[in-house]
Amino acid sequence: MDLSTFITLLISGLAMGMIYFMAASGLTLVFGLMDILNFGHGLFMALGAYVALTVLNAGAGSSDLAGPGLFLWAGLVAMMAGALAGVLFERLLLKPVYGLHLSQILVTVGGLIVGEELIKMVWGSVQQPLTPPAWLEGSVQLGPVLIESFRLWVVAIGLAVFVALSIVLSRTKLGLVIRAGVEDREMIRALGYPIRRVFILVFAAGSALAALGGMLWGLYQQMVVPQIGAQLNVLVFIVIIMGGLGSTKGALVGALALGLVSNFVGFFSPTLAAFANVALMFLVLMWRPDGLYPLKKS
Amino acid sequence: MLSRLLSHDWPQGGLLRALLVTTAIALLTAPFLGFGATGLNVAAKVLVFILLVASFDLLLGYSGHVSFAHTMFFGVGAYGLALSMKHLGTTVVGMLAGLGGALLVSLVLSVLIGVFSLRVRAIFFAMITLAVAAVFQTFVAQQSWLTGGEDGINFRLPEFLQPSYRLIEGGLLGLDITGRVLSYYLLFVVVLVCFLALLRIVNSPFGRVLQALRENDFRAKAIGYDTLWFRVAASVLSALFATVAGFLLSLWLRYSGPDVSLSFELMVDILLMLVIGGMGTIYGAVLGATLFLLAQSYLRDLLALCFEALEGHAVAVLFDPDRWLFWLGLLFIVSVYTLPMGLVGKLRNKG
Repeated sequence: MDLSTFITLLISGLAMGMIYFMAASGLTLVFGLMDILNFGHGLFMALGAYVALTVLNAGAGSSDLAGPGLFLWAGLVAMMAGALAGVLFERLLLKPVYGLHLSQILVTVGGLIVGEELIKMVWGSVQQPLTPPAWLEGSVQLGPVLIESFRLWVVAIGLAVFVALSIVLSRTKLGLVIRAGVEDREMIRALGYPIRRVFILVFAAGSALAALGGMLWGLYQQMVVPQIGAQLNVLVFIVIIMGGLGSTKGALVGALALGLVSNFVGFFSPTLAAFANVALMFLVLMWRPDGLYPLKKS
Repeated sequence: MLSRLLSHDWPQGGLLRALLVTTAIALLTAPFLGFGATGLNVAAKVLVFILLVASFDLLLGYSGHVSFAHTMFFGVGAYGLALSMKHLGTTVVGMLAGLGGALLVSLVLSVLIGVFSLRVRAIFFAMITLAVAAVFQTFVAQQSWLTGGEDGINFRLPEFLQPSYRLIEGGLLGLDITGRVLSYYLLFVVVLVCFLALLRIVNSPFGRVLQALRENDFRAKAIGYDTLWFRVAASVLSALFATVAGFLLSLWLRYSGPDVSLSFELMVDILLMLVIGGMGTIYGAVLGATLFLLAQSYLRDLLALCFEALEGHAVAVLFDPDRWLFWLGLLFIVSVYTLPMGLVGKLRNKG
C-alpha cells in the first residue's frame, strides 16, 4: 500500500467514523442518563437524510439559494425535524415504559417499523439519489494525495460537533447536570434538578445530531433508501457497545475505530469488511467487558 | 395421559381451549379439508411458525432476553437441508446429516454469542445478536458459490417426499396421498413433538429458574444459581429448536433463500406473532402464528379495498396495501402496552 492510498483510506475512515459518532453520541447519552435502550434511533438518521434531500432539491432550482447557504439550511432543517421527531418519539412511545428494558426494546423496534413505513409513504420506497452540491464536490491536493473535499468537510463537522458537545458537557451548568445525572440519577433528582426536562432536551439534541449524521451519510453514499435507519442502527450499536454505554468519549473512539477498521479491511478484502465490524467489537469486549470507557455507576 | 403430555400446563380459559383445539384439529386435518394447494401451504407455514415462535418464546418470554439472531438459526436449518440435498444426495440419511450439521452449526454459534454477550452484560445481548445477524445475512448474500446468494437454492427431496410420489392413489377419503401430504404430516409430527418438548422444558425446574432470572436476576444469583449457565442454555435450546423449524420450512418449500429464512422483516414478523399471541405462555405461539399468517393475506386485501374506496384522497396513502407493515407496527406497539401477555393472557383472565 503506498502513501496516497493510505491517506485516502485514512480520511474516508475518519469521515465515516465521524458520521457514526454523530449518530452514536445521542444514543449513548440517552442510555447513560435514563437507562433507556432505544432501537429506533436509526429512524432519526433516515429522517434527517430525507428532509435534507427535500430541502436540497427544493433549493436547487433557484440560483441565489445554491451554494453553502442552502447546504446550511438543509442541515438546520434536518436537525430540527430530527429533534421534533425525537421529542414525539420520547413522549408517545418511551414515556409509558420507563424502567422496563424489554418493553423499551419492543416498543422502539415497533416505532422504527412504523416510522420507516411513514417515510415510505411520504418519500416513496425506492432508492433516491442525493448528490452533494457542486461546491462540495471536487478534490483538494494534499501533498502527493488527492482527497475528496466532501470527506474533509465531514471530518471537520464531526470534530466541531465533538468539541461543541465536550464544551457543553464539561463547561456549562447544563452539562454538569447531565454528567451528574448519568452517574447518579436519583441524587440529581433529590437535589431538585428537573431531570425529566433535561432528559427530553438530551433526547432531542441526540435525535438532531442523528439527523445531521443521516444527512451526511446520505451525501457520502450519494443516495438514500428508507432502510438506512435499520442498517445504521447496527453500526451505531457496535460503536456504543465498544465505547462503553453512556460515554461520549467512548462513542468517539469507538466510532473512529469502526470507520478506520472497516475501510482498511475493506481495501484488502471486501468480503471480510462485514466481519471486521463484529470481530472488532468482540475483541474490544474480550479486552474490556464494559467497553473502552465504562461508566462508574453508583 | 393428556395432562402429562402437556406437562400439566393446561391452557386455562374456555375460549382459549376452544381456539387451540380448533387450530389443532384444523392443522391435523388440513390436507383433507379441500382448501387446495394454497390452503395446505398456509397450514404448513403455520406449523413451521408455531415452532419458530414457541422457540423464541423460550428465550424472550421465559428468560426475558430479546434476540435478533433468531432468524439466523432458522436460516441455518433451512440452508442445512438445502446444502445436504444438493451435495450429499436425496436420501433420508442425507436429510438427517443436513439436520445434524445445521444443529451443530447453530450450537456453536449460539454458545459463542451467548457466552460472549451474556457474560459481559445481559443488556448487550439484544444489540450483539442484531450485529451478528446482520453479518450473517451479508455472509449468505456474498458467498453465492455456497448459498446461491440472493437467489437461494432450489433442491429435490427424497423420492417419497416429492409431489409426484403417490402412496395411495385416490385412496383415503378421496384424497391422493402424495409426497406433499406425507411432507405435511412429517412437519406436523415434528412440530407437535417439539412443541410438547418446549412445554416440558418451560415447566421443568430449569424453566422455573429461567423465570426467576427474568423476574429478579440478583436474587436468583444470591440463592446460588449459576445465572450465566442458565441463560446460555436457554439461548442455545431456543436456537436449536429454531434450526429445526428452518429445516422444516425448507423441506416444505424445497427451497432456501435469504428472503424466506433470514430477512430482518421475518424477525419483525416473529416478534409480532409472539407479542400478539402472548409472551411467556408457549401457547401464545399457536394463536400468534395462526392469526398473523391469516391476517398477512387478509389485512392486505382489506387495505386494498380501503385504498380503492379512498382513491384520490390524501389519506389513501395510509391504506396502500404495500404499507400493511405500518398497521401491524401500530398493532404491535399497542399490544406491548395493553396486552403484556398477549391474547393468551387476555383469554386466561377471562376464563
